[in-house]
Amino acid sequence: MSSELPFEKPLTELRKKIDELKHFGEEKEIDFTDEIGRLEERFKQLEVEIYDNMSAPQIMNMARHHQRPTSLEYINLIFSDFIELHGDRVFADDLAIVGGLAKLNGIPVTVVGHQRGKDTKDNIQRFFGSPHPEGFRKALRFMKQANKFGRPIITFIDTKGAYPGNTAEERNQSEAIARNLMEMANFGVPIICVVIGEGGSGGALALGVGNRVLMLENAIYSAISPNGAASILWKDASKADEAAEAMKITAKDLLEFGIIEDIISEPQGGAHRDKAMQADGIKEALWRHLQQLLEMTPDQLREDRYQKFRKVGRFGTAELE
Amino acid sequence: MFKDLFQKKKYAVVPSERTKREIPEGLMNRCPKCGQIQFSKELEKNLKVCSSCGHHFRLNAWERIAMTLDEGRLFEIDENMIAEDPLKFPGYESKLEQQKANSGLKDAVITGEGEIGGFPVVIGVMSFDFFSGSMGSVVGEKVTRAIELATEKQLPLILFSTSGGARMQESILSLMQMAKTSAALARFNEQGGLYISIFTDPTLGGVSASFASLGDFILAEPGAIVGFAGRIVIEQTIRQKLPDNFQTAEFNMKHGQLDKVVHRKDMKTLLTKLLDMHAGKGEPVDVQ
Repeated sequence: MSSELPFEKPLTELRKKIDELKHFGEEKEIDFTDEIGRLEERFKQLEVEIYDNMSAPQIMNMARHHQRPTSLEYINLIFSDFIELHGDRVFADDLAIVGGLAKLNGIPVTVVGHQRGKDTKDNIQRFFGSPHPEGFRKALRFMKQANKFGRPIITFIDTKGAYPGNTAEERNQSEAIARNLMEMANFGVPIICVVIGEGGSGGALALGVGNRVLMLENAIYSAISPNGAASILWKDASKADEAAEAMKITAKDLLEFGIIEDIISEPQGGAHRDKAMQADGIKEALWRHLQQLLEMTPDQLREDRYQKFRKVGRFGTAELE
Repeated sequence: MFKDLFQKKKYAVVPSERTKREIPEGLMNRCPKCGQIQFSKELEKNLKVCSSCGHHFRLNAWERIAMTLDEGRLFEIDENMIAEDPLKFPGYESKLEQQKANSGLKDAVITGEGEIGGFPVVIGVMSFDFFSGSMGSVVGEKVTRAIELATEKQLPLILFSTSGGARMQESILSLMQMAKTSAALARFNEQGGLYISIFTDPTLGGVSASFASLGDFILAEPGAIVGFAGRIVIEQTIRQKLPDNFQTAEFNMKHGQLDKVVHRKDMKTLLTKLLDMHAGKGEPVDVQ
């Protein structure tokens, strides 16, 4: 499958042209060095033009790119000694959530994330990264354990949302999400959340009540997926692009609204172009924020987290009648 | 910090005409469930429950308050808080105006203090007739302030929920209200506060998946639809038709999600009993 997104087409075409010219030159033994140099220059310009001016729908497509690195890939690149843990101890091991113990620069941490599949088969097992209640309860179990042993918690957010299914409802999807929100608010350990791909709705927030919430440059975060919003608002799911613009879902927007603390930049063309480099960027940001949080007492961490979410919201006062 | 938050609080006694306000529905009413036609006056007298099939009609916040609080008296807080349009979302401002005009409300929740069976409480009542009870910044802030007030005054907290979910027009700000209200409840819990949550028809999405599901006691009105994802979305996902009773209070009761399904005429009595049993909160009684 091609990794090219529609808006990247001019780049692919220009690259093809350059390669053809090179090939032609070699074959006919003609020196095209100057021409190729000029085209390479043009290619660089075009890259900047395209990637520096991405629209919200383009960013959305990048966030959902099928080659975009997943939680497990980052966990293996960022941490050492990862020990994966399983199950909610009650019902099942929801594979849409992964997590366990690991070390970040030598410090033991608990890491939890949504996990999309690598391919169709994997995706079916992992419910496309959309957890059932047992997934959220699995995550909560890991986080409670972290709290007990005084380990910082790091979460990776990457989901379209909680799984919309009848069995999920029967096992109380609402309660599972709500419980995580309340419990996370009360932990006395540092919590850092990173939105690495798509942060969709309550299913994302259920891993998102952190002292710091960071976003990758091309990640998105919203109350409902733009597709869902379009079908509810305009009865037309194909208007997802319009909804993506209107809903202010990009990292830049969220930084402006004070919802996130930091944007982690991506390699030119997206995280999937250089996974190792991206992992380094995330690691650097995690370490920087963690060092600040490690200075704080459990009560300070709770208060810091409370105030972070307490201040969110915009409202006014009606004119007195 | 709490003090700052409540500095602007203004109490006002709600005029009785307002609590008893009638919805201009005409003389007769048709039950959407069984089709029975009944006099509006009779229906009102019956607490808006169909005399034939027991269907609980939806109530707006003021009707609920009139039925629940002693003498229908509410000392309202934050009564002038209104939504802004932080995202500059196309059509949001005009939709807000239209919702205000249609419902007579300023947003989808009314909060304040009152008494139930003589017990003072902090109460929040949501109204589906304003923007489908969706939770934006105003609902989140008013509910949070109500929780903080109950924490500060050490009063029991009663929340009647009904909501279509997050208010999409405020997207991420709306989503974060779930965390804000839940965090406030975490503090309220730490202090040993009593919180009774009542699901009314319908309660879905972000409200169901935050404060409404975190009660010490969770009650629901008969037939109330309660869940996270809506029926249509689920049917599209699983490509199957769901049973008629899916996500009803009775269905959820069977799946262990509720303490009790409570008929409207019994609600106040049960709330009073629960409040009474927690009145001596925190002082263990010697058993002789």
